[in-house]
Amino acid sequence: MLVRFFFLLRGAGVPVSITELLTLLDALRRGLSDASAERFYYLARACLIKDERYYDRFDRVFATHFKGAVDVFATLERELPADWLEQMAVRELSDAEKAQIEALGGWEKLMETLRKRLEEQRGRHQGGSKWIGTAGTSPFGAYGYNPEGVRVGQDKSRNRSAVKVWDKREFANLDDTVELGTRNMKVALRRLRRFARRGAPTEFALSDTIDATARAGGWLDIKMVPERHNVAKVLLLLDIGGSMDDHVKTCEELFSAARSEFKHLEHFYFHNFIYESLWRDNRRRFNEHIGTAQLMRTYPRNYKLILVGDATMSPYEITYAGGSVEHWNPEPGSVWLERLMRAYPKFAWINPQPQARWRQTASIALIRDMLEGRMYPLSLAGLDEAIDALS
Amino acid sequence: MQPEFRGTDRYVATEELMAAVNAAMALSRPLLIKGEPGTGKTLLAAEIARALSKPLYEWHIKSTTKAQQGLYEYDAVSRLRDSQLGDPQVKDIRKYIVKGNLWEAFDCEVQPVLLIDEIDKADIEFPNDLLRELDRMEFHVYETRETVHAKHRPVIVITSNNEKELPDAFLRRCFFHYIRFPDEQTMTQIVDVHFPNLKRELLREALATFFNIRETPGLKKKPTTSELLDWIKLLVAEDVPPEELRGDDAKKLIPPLHGALLKNEQDVHLFEQLLFLNRRNAR
Repeated sequence: MLVRFFFLLRGAGVPVSITELLTLLDALRRGLSDASAERFYYLARACLIKDERYYDRFDRVFATHFKGAVDVFATLERELPADWLEQMAVRELSDAEKAQIEALGGWEKLMETLRKRLEEQRGRHQGGSKWIGTAGTSPFGAYGYNPEGVRVGQDKSRNRSAVKVWDKREFANLDDTVELGTRNMKVALRRLRRFARRGAPTEFALSDTIDATARAGGWLDIKMVPERHNVAKVLLLLDIGGSMDDHVKTCEELFSAARSEFKHLEHFYFHNFIYESLWRDNRRRFNEHIGTAQLMRTYPRNYKLILVGDATMSPYEITYAGGSVEHWNPEPGSVWLERLMRAYPKFAWINPQPQARWRQTASIALIRDMLEGRMYPLSLAGLDEAIDALS
Repeated sequence: MQPEFRGTDRYVATEELMAAVNAAMALSRPLLIKGEPGTGKTLLAAEIARALSKPLYEWHIKSTTKAQQGLYEYDAVSRLRDSQLGDPQVKDIRKYIVKGNLWEAFDCEVQPVLLIDEIDKADIEFPNDLLRELDRMEFHVYETRETVHAKHRPVIVITSNNEKELPDAFLRRCFFHYIRFPDEQTMTQIVDVHFPNLKRELLREALATFFNIRETPGLKKKPTTSELLDWIKLLVAEDVPPEELRGDDAKKLIPPLHGALLKNEQDVHLFEQLLFLNRRNAR
């Protein structure tokens, strides 16, 4: 039962486990879905999905898998009891409005219209189109009470067209393969944190002191520990100008997120590809350089190297001496990249180009090969992978 | 059959939220709630407790909170002092075990609601340390060598702001629900619940302004439900007429009492600029 759906979800890259499937089946056995498609959808989502970024994928799989099944749910729906309709109308309408309705033909007539409309709508729904979106066709709209009609489908979900909820795909922007703002980047970068107590013991360690004192039979034995701080060190090299102009915003976001996350963050710029020198300030890029060799001597091996660039250029710029577009470089860029990789074993290249376009660009494939595949897209998922490679 | 949660007179629950809460209660699993700040995540536990008249235990997590603190703490200092003073009760270690929120909830005579608020604030290992406790609803007290079982499996609501990823093993034991930002219709219901006698016109103008501000591109912090409610409270208190909210003919550029909605000066500035541009274009 639901096994195919389960594997479809896994196939779509949603991490679901057997425990979660069993939970769902248990919930169904207890009748929590109420034989309504919409309830079943919410229930399945609450059981199987544990992160809102998978909501969109879940919706898509759900829509394809249960396309035909929704009609089955429709037949399970009960007939609409007459008193229910009345009750609803009583609650939804104020006295003045009721009086107005009386004037316009009375309850009976109104109820009749409403019921007819409902059936019509259901009929249309089974025919395959979505009726609930066409609010405002309800007779109540005319009385100016509620422009959405009596909201027949709203909290009386039994009659609501089930398809709609997941076909809306409201969570589309939460999918983690989509690029997102600074805060999310910060959250991703935060995983690089390495807290450690290193250095001179300056803080009083209360629990250790108590422990030691108790062990010493009541003789006061004071213990100290070093302060706790983030020891992750990051060397960020950013491509600037040229084809990177399209990605300035995302790169800025990444940069500002990184700035606020790491105490030890060193950043340098390059243009298109790494050669023998880099610079720290773009305004003075032509006079204040730091040699790449000097950089490798200055910052020790335990720095994590993050390169940010679109890697989109002519392959000559990478593999040939003198290939740079800006100056004459005595050694090819690929040599410098290799040196950097050797100097910093923890490295990752983050590419703001959408991953789908990587195959079309020869230089991206080339650089990716050189990097042993450690190139990641600048999306939340890509950043996560990059962090995994770095930690 | 357990009573179902259907929202309360001051908390509007959507159909999907109700489904998640009721499923979590029926299967007695923790319910993990995420969502934008100010969408009523923390309030949910209190409202479940109120609706179903169950006692509520709250455990607010900070970056220094340890899982152990929710279970119990061993007060070694008191014991040390008592032993120095020769107090006879020092022999009984039970006297120095201080119960935590989780233990209190496990001990409750009726089924309680337990809120674990902002679990993502804690250390990354925190959720892992609670796996067995949440799964089997029992834990072991090493000092007294006894195992504490829950008398009634509590309804556990856990909130998270997504600052840290939660471990898979932990997620697998939870139900999950993401509270979406309410649409205009739900928002009207929410405001109705809080200010039942609000003038329709004022409400319509206020909501329009609010969603307008929310849609301003590039805001650092978008206003949320709780901020809207604060703002309306202010509008009502100041007796601002609805006409003043209607942007186009008012002299003022920015809505009155905007401090309740826009929380930093860059946002206020940005909003002013945009309004100014819009108005100039409209002319």
